[in-house]
Amino acid sequence: MENLDLPLIWAGLICFAIFAYVVLDGFDLGVGILSPVLDPGTERDQAINSIAPFWDGNETWLVMGGGGLLAVFPLAYAIILPATYPLMIAMLLGLVFRGAAFEFRWRDPAHQPLWDLVITVGSTVAALAQGITIGAILQGIEVENNAYAGGWLDWLSPFSILTGISVVIGYALLGATWLIRKTEGGCQRHAHRLAYWLAIATVLALVAVSAATPFLYTDYWYRWFEMPQVLWTAQVPLLVAICTGVLFWSLKKGHELLPFLMALALFLLGFVGLCISIFPNMVPPSISLWEAAAPRDSQLFLLVGAVFIIPVILGYTGWAYWVFRGKVGTEGYH
Amino acid sequence: MFEQLDAVFLARVQFAFTVSFHFIFPAFSIGLASYLMVLEGLWLKTGRGVYANLYRYWLKIFAVGFGMGVVSGIVLSYQFGTNWSEFSHRAGPIIGPLMGYEVITAFFLEAGFLGVMLFGINKVGKRLHFFATCMVALGTFVSAFWILSVNSWMQTPAGYEINEQGQFIVGGSWWDVIFNPSFPYRLVHTVTAAYLTTAFAVGGVGAWHLLRDRNNIGARKMFSMAMWMAVLVTPVQIFVGDLHGLNTLEHQPVKVLAMEGDFEPSPDGAPLILFGLPDEESATVRYKVAIPKLGSLVLKHDPNAPLPGLTDYPREEWPPVAVVFWSFRVMVAIGFAMLALGLWSLVARHRKRLYQSPALHRAAVLMGPAGFVAVIAGWITTEVGRQPYTVYGLMKTVDSASPLDAPAVATSLIAFIAVYSAIFGMGIYYLLRMMANPPHRGETAPPNVPTHAAGITPASSLEATNLNQAGGSHGKS
Repeated sequence: MENLDLPLIWAGLICFAIFAYVVLDGFDLGVGILSPVLDPGTERDQAINSIAPFWDGNETWLVMGGGGLLAVFPLAYAIILPATYPLMIAMLLGLVFRGAAFEFRWRDPAHQPLWDLVITVGSTVAALAQGITIGAILQGIEVENNAYAGGWLDWLSPFSILTGISVVIGYALLGATWLIRKTEGGCQRHAHRLAYWLAIATVLALVAVSAATPFLYTDYWYRWFEMPQVLWTAQVPLLVAICTGVLFWSLKKGHELLPFLMALALFLLGFVGLCISIFPNMVPPSISLWEAAAPRDSQLFLLVGAVFIIPVILGYTGWAYWVFRGKVGTEGYH
Repeated sequence: MFEQLDAVFLARVQFAFTVSFHFIFPAFSIGLASYLMVLEGLWLKTGRGVYANLYRYWLKIFAVGFGMGVVSGIVLSYQFGTNWSEFSHRAGPIIGPLMGYEVITAFFLEAGFLGVMLFGINKVGKRLHFFATCMVALGTFVSAFWILSVNSWMQTPAGYEINEQGQFIVGGSWWDVIFNPSFPYRLVHTVTAAYLTTAFAVGGVGAWHLLRDRNNIGARKMFSMAMWMAVLVTPVQIFVGDLHGLNTLEHQPVKVLAMEGDFEPSPDGAPLILFGLPDEESATVRYKVAIPKLGSLVLKHDPNAPLPGLTDYPREEWPPVAVVFWSFRVMVAIGFAMLALGLWSLVARHRKRLYQSPALHRAAVLMGPAGFVAVIAGWITTEVGRQPYTVYGLMKTVDSASPLDAPAVATSLIAFIAVYSAIFGMGIYYLLRMMANPPHRGETAPPNVPTHAAGITPASSLEATNLNQAGGSHGKS
């Protein structure tokens, strides 16, 4: 136990929580983003019903990411959040709007178009803010004396706007492929057409972000292109190419599950790419994950619980998805 | 310096606003989850349709309240960082793991089983569904456990050391941190408050419908259950509150003196000030109405026991006295009003007039929202009473804030007020509208059903299901 590299383990767990969040809330935010192009009526009802039992649990991973960061990397939490203050506030308010509108749209049919609009705006704002935050972290945060030292709009740059838009497009692809899986009839056909165009847009966005990232810092350049690790990092674009191919093939063949899985794989690869760029920093360009780490006792205390409880969480979360497996139908899950 | 202070004040207002708004919903859902568990358990045990119908009636309300609680809670988990980054950096190693445990033991449990609880009635068996309800109820309690442990540690820090970076780190064992001196009292007092809040809300709704139709069996049942809670739990709560006060006197005497309005020391026993206007400038309570010796009797259980006064402590250690003084009185007054209503209902029940007394029902409707007011008032008492510290005696609020400019905090504060008023205003409106519908036989499940599904209404599509058939037997009996 004594020589465990706890900060490294925790960095892995936090990455897992963030990725779980992106995967899970990504598709339900994506459905929210897409809802205005779905026909009001059964198409949109089916789409929103398909995420109703899940969005609460999905957003819990966001709390896990934030709470976990506070617990085990308090310095990173204390720097990143003030640095991205307006983004965080916008994301939170977007999630408030959207979460509430989910509950309201069924209880107030007279104003359903309004609440659907709120779902769309809230989902888009939240996705955009998350994407811009990724860009803001990648491009680096100004730190002095272990505190954020920049202004309140430092996060804004062409690069962060690019990552923001990319995440919105990517979430929309996740949403569309989820709908292919969970819905039928007109809604499924509509989602299928959308998925095709969104897949093209997602791949373009991924290429654009990947091409821009190495120019932010020379460190990033080295991490990607220096021998011998280029042999490893080169696998990422290769896998992206394979997944893209399978995605288009499965869409063409009319597979129902495979497009969703391939969209997830693209997200995973994008996320791995992000980690390759940043590692071993927690707050680029200056604070490493070991410097950001909480004292050993704090990390160990929570790790003991996490090791036992996270598998249980995955178990019953999986069970809940199993209960609501299959097509959503036109009457919700009843 | 001046600008920094302004930003701190705005950050405090913002945090107080978002916490208070948030707290309304968990205070309701902790109690309501347990009530739903009891209703479903009774239904499984007795098979009586009235319980199944009440279950579904309150489940719809629970769904909205819980959703509001989730979205307003996510905000808080990030506001520690956005508004209080210095506090997060320094206290994170202690409070972070506790909140981490809250997430992994409580939030996931609630959220994981909520979908099944709300929409899975016909997807899983009855017993498994009851299990899901129990897990959601357990989750709400476990959540309260951890977050109140964090809050109590900020009030009565224990088991810590301070490292060279100025961070609080665990000194002895985590047990000392979690079970810090005020935690057991605060946990019992707060969870009991949540139960009472729900009981009075349920009782108020039941009474509202009894005023319209005193034969509505669902309304009768919920009113009767709520009034039993009022009779049995309010005295317990007053007793626990007294213990909590004694504990606070031991660890945070300044807070108790502010609650009591005792500026001057009382060497021969303190009076109990019922009302008055505390004036911090002159350190007096104007127009005060006081009962001699009673203060010492309450706080020391001895009428002649000496008590210190606020003037024994430096002024910069005082919390805002008037706020604490008044919020405490509001909470206590509501507590005794609850006791009175409970006793009234007991007399009415004894005379077999529980369902026939419009005066009692009107009083119960009036007291319906009382629990929420009491909970918020109690929260203000303990949190404002902790000032000027975030970690009591160790870390000041002014040293806890993020390095933000006042305009940034002001803008977001305005955004929060606008969004919360709109969204939670609508949420409360929908909750009230659902409560205004009388409970009836064949109550439907939460409406994640298109209302215009081809050819079938949600109610008839459910008619064939188990729970609903049982609901069908719900008649006047």
